Formats: sequence, C-alpha cells, structure tokens
Amino acid sequence: MNKGARSWGAEIAAVGMTVILFWIPFYFIIVNAMKNTKESSLLNLAWPSSIHLWDNIKQVVAARDYMLLRAFYNSTVLTVLSILVLVFICAMAGYVMQRRTDKATPWINFLVLSGLIIPPAIVPTIWVLESVGLFKTMTGLVLVEVALGFPFCVLLYKGFMSAIPREIDEAAIVDGCSGVTLFFRIILPLLQPVTATIIVTSSVGIFNDFTNPLYFFPGSKNATVQLTLYNFSSQYVTQWNLLFTNILLITLPPLLLFIFFNKKIVAGMTAGSVKG
Amino acid sequence: MTTILKRTYSYYFLLPAALIYIAIFLVPTLMSFFFSLTRWSLIEWKFIGLENFITFFEEPSLRIGFKNTLLYAVITCVLKVVLGLLLGVFLTSKIRTKGYLRSVIFFPTLVSTIAVGLAFSMMMHPTQGLINTTLAKLGIAGPDWLGNPDLALISVALVDVWKGVGFATVIYIAGILSIPEEYYEALQIDGGGALHKFWNIIVPLSRPATNSVIILSFIGGLRSFDLVWAMTKGGPGFSTDLIASIIYKQYQGGFYGLATAGNVILFLVVTLLAFPLYMYLNRKEAEL
Repeated sequence: MNKGARSWGAEIAAVGMTVILFWIPFYFIIVNAMKNTKESSLLNLAWPSSIHLWDNIKQVVAARDYMLLRAFYNSTVLTVLSILVLVFICAMAGYVMQRRTDKATPWINFLVLSGLIIPPAIVPTIWVLESVGLFKTMTGLVLVEVALGFPFCVLLYKGFMSAIPREIDEAAIVDGCSGVTLFFRIILPLLQPVTATIIVTSSVGIFNDFTNPLYFFPGSKNATVQLTLYNFSSQYVTQWNLLFTNILLITLPPLLLFIFFNKKIVAGMTAGSVKG
Repeated sequence: MTTILKRTYSYYFLLPAALIYIAIFLVPTLMSFFFSLTRWSLIEWKFIGLENFITFFEEPSLRIGFKNTLLYAVITCVLKVVLGLLLGVFLTSKIRTKGYLRSVIFFPTLVSTIAVGLAFSMMMHPTQGLINTTLAKLGIAGPDWLGNPDLALISVALVDVWKGVGFATVIYIAGILSIPEEYYEALQIDGGGALHKFWNIIVPLSRPATNSVIILSFIGGLRSFDLVWAMTKGGPGFSTDLIASIIYKQYQGGFYGLATAGNVILFLVVTLLAFPLYMYLNRKEAEL
C-alpha cells in the first residue's frame, strides 16, 4: 500500500471511530428525547414513530412547579456574577503578582499554587459561610466559585502579564498615571485576549458545576440546572424520554458556546495549560 | 523608585482576591485539621482526638474509598496519558480532517459531567443498554458494566477517560507543535523511520506536556466525585466509593467531624502523592 492510501485509510478509520464514540451517544440522547415514554424505555437508536420533543420539553419545564426555569435563572445569575468578580479580582491580583517582586512573592505564589492542588475542605467552608450568614445564598455560592476558580485564573493572567512590556507602565507613570488609572485605563484593556479565554472556560466550568451547588446551595428553591438533572434522574426513572429531554436542554448552553468559540477555547486551553 | 513602585504595584490590588481566597479557602482548610478531631454538629463540637480517623480506617466501607480513589486516579491518569499522546501525534500529522477531529474529541470536555454520567449509565444498562445490545448482535455477551462490583469502578473510569481525553489531547497537541522542526530534519538525514520519530523525538520532547497531563489528571482523579455520584452513587455495595463520595455520604448523615476527617485524609493523600510527583516531574524537566 502506498503512503497516500494508508493515510487516507487512517483518516477514514478515525472519522469512523468518532462517529461510534461521539456521535452515537449524542444521537442516542436526541432521538430518545423525541420519543414517548414507551418507546424511550427500549433505550435503542430507532427513529421515533411520532415526534414528542415539544411535549417532552413542556413537561420537563413544567415539572415541580417550573423548577427548571428557576434553575436556569439561578445558573445564569451564578455564572455571570462569578465571572464578573473573577475577572476583576484576578486581573488585579495577576497584575501585581507579576510586576512586583519582594520577600512576600514566593509565599503568595505558593499559596495560590496550593489552591490548584488541595481539595477544598467542605464542611468547614459551610461553617464559615453559616457564621457570616451566607450559607444557602447566591452570594455565598458565588464566593465559593470565585475562591476555587481564583488560582487558575490568576496563573493565566500572570502568564499573560509577563508578555506585556514594562515600558508601557513606565511611559504611563512618566505621564503621571497612578497605580489605579494605570491598571484600569491601560493594563486591563491589554489583557482582553486572556480575559476572553477565562470568560469562556470558567463559564462552562461554573455552569456545569455540580458539587459546589450540591453542598453550598441546597433546597429546592435554590436548585441550579445540574441539580435539577440530578434530582429528576430519580423522579424520571421510568420516564427516560423526559430525562433525555432534560439532558438535552441543559447541554444546549455549553453546546452553543462551543459552536461559537470552538477555536478560541482550544487555543486558550493550550496556551494556558502548557505555560502553567 | 521603590515608593513609586509600591504606589504603582500596590498590594491593595491583591486585597479583594486575597480576602475571598483566605476566608473561603485557606481558613476552612486550616480549620479542617481541628474539626477532624471532633464530634461536630456545626454549632458545637466535642474534642475526641483521632477517633474519626480510627473509624475511617477500621470500617471496611470507608477504607475501600481510600483504595478505590488511588486505583481510579491511576487508571484514568495512565489512559489519558497514553491515549492523549497517541491522539496528539495523530492530530498533528498531515491529515485533512484535523479541524473536525480536534473539535469532536474536545467537545465532551464541555458537557456537564452529570449529563454524561446519566447518559452513559443508561447506555451501560445490562440488558437493554445500547452497548450490550450492540455487543449481543455481534454475538458477545456484554457484562453488567455498573452492576458488577469488580467492573463498576473501571466502567466509571472509562467514562471519565471518554470525557477527559480531549483535554489531554489538546495539551499534547500544543506540546508537539512546539517541538522545533530541526529535530525532524536531523532525523530525516540520519534516515530514521516513523517509530524513531515517535520514541526519540516526540516522546522525550513533549515531556512538559506529559507532566502537565499526569499532574492534572492524577489530581483530578483523586478529587473526582460528580461522575461517580451520577453513575453509581458509590454502589454496588461500596465498590465505586471514592474518598470524595464518602465525604458526601458522611456529610448527608450529619457526621460532620467524620466528613471533615475524610477531607483531611484526601488532603494528605493529595499532598503526599501529588506534591512530590510534581517536584519529581519538574526536576526531570529541568535536567532535560
């Protein structure tokens, strides 16, 4: 076999593998979300005899007094607020941590790095939140997401800051900029590419987060979309079509994000992960 | 100059981040060492010494989480390194469907772990599930993926790899693309084949990528919770319980001191295994 034919063969095999490993599971979810309860209980790949997707969506949305709508609202608020706070405080921290070097620098770096590795202590965190009255509140959950997302974002910002020449700072200082204006007027706009990466990756992470809402945001009023899916999984154990519809609905936001930012996500991931 | 610097790069900029990080991460981490030694109801505590830790290692149902966690982390880590490297090599070679393949492999990374877990647990249904009905058509009697205690942990680990291998691949792609072209040219002059290229250039020179993948997936494996919780809730029996799922079970049961002891054990496992591993890999990298 010549080289060209062999590489074609490998490519066709690879594309075939992706169909089996990635498209079939995805097709399986979509096709079962369109079925009625009886057909979906067969758990097969057959095309539905009649399409019930809209009915299923209405049922899932209306379930438990429109809990899914509340959950979408909660998840959106959680994601937007956490990202806003994360971007501002991490950009500021990354800026000072990269520019300033003194005796405290290695200690600060060590503390931040340990946040990437050490698992959070859950019940003591609840205890802290409870004692300041923020347990079971959105503010409390936002603080948790921010605290746990902080090390990764700061490292990204720090890495990116090192590529911004100090001459820019010096020119601004000569022109009479103080620290605050220098940061907000000059540095923050220059950080835009890495900010975009952080917004995309962290919003997927926070929107998909299950563990933190499970611990820090309990109660049916508080549910986020991941929790509804988990709660519904016990309720819908005989109505798999509804479970698949729910999976489909909560996968849509990350899917759309992926379609629009595909290149950016992959590029940002590679830049961040190899440097860090 | 120093005063200008202090004013320009003032530590005030660190303050908001530091406050949140200290209050929500560092303080609870330090407090966990104390609370792990207590019987605790969130409101009051009673100091009981090492009793929680003794309970943890004496009860077979708790101890198994320790073993499972290590096994799970090693399985997922090894598979992600091997598959990530192979996929990385394949996806940096001269192929036309590169863009498509890279996107498809990366996509599961973005899907919710709970959704993935539930979908796969239905596909792994012993009699009706997609996997076993397909195997049956080929004449193979598929196992009970999640119901067999000997197999369940491996099944969950495989789903973890399915979901996470795209991330490892992306890291490898970046690592392989940063290898200077001259090495390949030198190999061509010396007349080395594809296998030489793989073993003598790509494997050693993508070392930084390998280190990142090992550290990230090993720590991720030690800490994982949501996938196992969505797929098996630790069952059948306790065969898929990880330290993180035991922490949750003890928390649910109101055993806050015991849950915190589990947290301290996880902390120690991660610190005693991952930190030295990190140091070791980084030193090797520096020698290269």
